[in-house]
Amino acid sequence: MTIEMLYFAWVRERVGVAEERVNPPAEVTTVGELVDWLAGLDDAHADAFAERGRLRAAVDQAFVAFDTPIAGAREIAIFPPVTGG
Amino acid sequence: MIHVAVQRNAIDLPVEMARAEMAGAGAVVTFTGLVRADDGVDTLELEHYPGATEAALRVVAQTAVDRWALQAATIVHRVGPMGPGERIVFVAATAPHRGAALEACAYLIDRLKTDAPFWKRETRGGEASWVEARETDEAAAARWQAE
Repeated sequence: MTIEMLYFAWVRERVGVAEERVNPPAEVTTVGELVDWLAGLDDAHADAFAERGRLRAAVDQAFVAFDTPIAGAREIAIFPPVTGG
Repeated sequence: MIHVAVQRNAIDLPVEMARAEMAGAGAVVTFTGLVRADDGVDTLELEHYPGATEAALRVVAQTAVDRWALQAATIVHRVGPMGPGERIVFVAATAPHRGAALEACAYLIDRLKTDAPFWKRETRGGEASWVEARETDEAAAARWQAE
């Protein structure tokens, strides 16, 4: 399954790219497991995803919890808590 | 009528006020958020999640329209770089009476601060840093669910 990953704010800066395509193995079934798998790719991903409590996620542009299944997801975004307004 | 916009150009108050003042309205309540000029910020830069941001703002606006039977709701948010004194955000609630408009305006700004994917990065004396989310913003947004 190919997923389009999007990163914002300091998560984007630490990963080093704003977007990338990934192909996680079949045993990766939730957003949280995906983040753990991404953290194992290299030092930049590990640094970006070191503190789960400071991360938020969206699946196909809807905010979700980390136990949300990723089956069928096309676009998953990982970012810090929002600070608009 | 709902109007949401995410834009790099300045927020034009006369244009936005004219849009909010609908025929038949008795009350328009607005909120304008500005880049603070008194705490040493040189520039503020707003990043967002294109597509998702506009959808999130539309949900916030539609929820307010439904809850308070508004005639119109407006949310306009800047992105990109801006300086002290510039407008970051403008919201307006238009209703037949002031009670609904006052409450709905507070709801619009409280909810958008936690529900829409914007991130602030500020520069002070040449040092840039990402603004941390505030628990008080979460509490302000949550109070609307308790009722």
